[in-house]
Amino acid sequence: MAELLVVPALLAYGEAAVAYAGELRGPGLGGRLATWGVRLGWLAQTALLIGQATSADGFPWGTWAGALNLFVWLVVGAYLIWGCTPRYRLLGLTVMPVAALLLALAWVGGGTAFDEGDHSGAALAVHAVLMLAGFAGLTLAAGMAVLYLWQERRLKRHERRLLRVRVPPLDVLDRVAARSVLGSLVVLTLGIGVGAASFERGDFDAAMAVTLAIWGTYAALLVLRREGLRGRRAALLNLAGFALVAVVLPITHFA
Amino acid sequence: MKLTLAGISHHRAPIELRERVALDLDACSELAARLEGEAVVLSTCNRTELYLARDEDAAGEAVGVLTGLAGGAADDLVPAFYRLHDEAAALHLFRVAAGLDSLVPGEGEILGQVRSAFEAGSPGPFLDRLFRQALHTGRRVRIETAIGESPASVPSAAAALAQQVFGDLAGRRVLLVGAGKMSEATARNLVTRGAQIAVVANRTLAHGEDVARRLRAEAVALESIPVELEQADVLVSATSGGELVLTRADVASAFRGRRGRPLLLVDLAVPRDLDPAINDLDGCFLYDVDDLQAVVAETLSGRRGEAARAERLVADEAERFRAWQASLDVVPTIASLRALVEEIRDRELARAGGKLSERERLHVESVLSQILAKLLHLPTIRMKEAAAAADGVVYADVVRHLFGLEDEGRRR
Repeated sequence: MAELLVVPALLAYGEAAVAYAGELRGPGLGGRLATWGVRLGWLAQTALLIGQATSADGFPWGTWAGALNLFVWLVVGAYLIWGCTPRYRLLGLTVMPVAALLLALAWVGGGTAFDEGDHSGAALAVHAVLMLAGFAGLTLAAGMAVLYLWQERRLKRHERRLLRVRVPPLDVLDRVAARSVLGSLVVLTLGIGVGAASFERGDFDAAMAVTLAIWGTYAALLVLRREGLRGRRAALLNLAGFALVAVVLPITHFA
Repeated sequence: MKLTLAGISHHRAPIELRERVALDLDACSELAARLEGEAVVLSTCNRTELYLARDEDAAGEAVGVLTGLAGGAADDLVPAFYRLHDEAAALHLFRVAAGLDSLVPGEGEILGQVRSAFEAGSPGPFLDRLFRQALHTGRRVRIETAIGESPASVPSAAAALAQQVFGDLAGRRVLLVGAGKMSEATARNLVTRGAQIAVVANRTLAHGEDVARRLRAEAVALESIPVELEQADVLVSATSGGELVLTRADVASAFRGRRGRPLLLVDLAVPRDLDPAINDLDGCFLYDVDDLQAVVAETLSGRRGEAARAERLVADEAERFRAWQASLDVVPTIASLRALVEEIRDRELARAGGKLSERERLHVESVLSQILAKLLHLPTIRMKEAAAAADGVVYADVVRHLFGLEDEGRRR
């Protein structure tokens, strides 16, 4: 029965995704409804994850669908920390539709069910959680990059409604995205380190290669930023890195 | 408790009349202290208003005080005064705090002025509640609507755009090209939002130095602009030369030393000072007068839409205040009723006191208190609800009659 907690979580995330679109017309009821949708959905999903964790013998999110479930929770959790403030609310427009869609996928794939879980050991569980947390941070950074490109385009085109929609300032988006990448990269490095501890000769596969490519791309982004790569080009590089996270990594890891 | 407001504002009085009753904050404080009972005096460039927690007769006295301030012949002033009471007065104050009664709807300065007037006034519990709710209403309108965010002039639109690019403008360096009134007005708007006017570049260095002194900036010649551009975050240009001050190549060359930092360029000159092709450079955002005027026109139309939403919020708050004020009508009756039952309890306890041990007496007292509290709970709630629905006085009269509270004035 507790498995059905995914339903309120999904409904609340879906409601938030739709309500954030109302924020585009100006701040007000839409934004507040969306914020409550995020909060309530996250609480429902937290209860679901606690239920999964207590009923499983091993790591309950070892499958691709289970990992997706945990990943969505991490993304929304990270967004909740600061994303719900009026200034950053529109970030939800890029985050919540993705979160709702991925949670629905996790549900369809059986990732929200209560089962025994994976018995690969604690180190692998820590590795998985750290990697997912790192990718969650990179997802938020990608959301900010999308918002940056959209806002930059509006500024360049001198859109008349520029000041009527409350979008985070361009420079702030650039800086916060860079900080998110830095934080995520640290968590990702820890995750890779924990994974490497249980690495054996012959284990190296395509997923590991892609993970290292992701790490390299984001590390390059931070280094180049110190050399003056900012704004539009930094946002595009950020999105290129995220394409590896969102498309190439799942294919190589779970295929 | 009654609320009375008397005042004069830009709606009915031109500046020649308003300035005769305008007061600074100290004078507002003095006047509020001099008036009888709770009083707050609000005086801004658009209005002077007296808020009194007294009955309707106080309005005449308040108008007298205001005409007294004007001195001399006050006949021309009297028709410009308005008098409002209770719900209408509260609604008016809430609209004022929300910026809905201002010349430019949604302007934010008024909320601070209402706060200052409240702090400088002589409020008691009634005006304290009124003004706190007014400040809450003002904040609510700013948070829940976009009425205060949209600029109403070209200089404020330029400053708002700078905030769209940089966020907090504290420490951002502004390069001012030209020392005319328009560029100075824009510079001042940027300064009020935290920016620093670093350099004023002008064709006539002496005039540039004058403006630079006023803005605490450094004056340089026009030829130094490309060098200064490397450090600037915002460039505001408004010369009257008729030639391009900066070309795309100039900005591109300065951009190499900027390490990717964005640059906002505001061209207020006609003919334009800045090459329009600058906008094509990565990280450069160029706005001319037409662009800014289009933004202002759009935001002003947006303000009207937001004002309708703000009016609904203000009406909600005014209704809440009305309900609270109405509940005050039944408070003396509730207090009298409670005093009566407590008196009966104490009297009966005293009579039985000799027959009970101390432990038993405490127990009986506790049980009695609980019974009485439960008995009075529902009638109290019902009376407050009835008060909010304007039946409070009838209920209060019935309760006073049934319990014989008319003769118990001492219990009030």
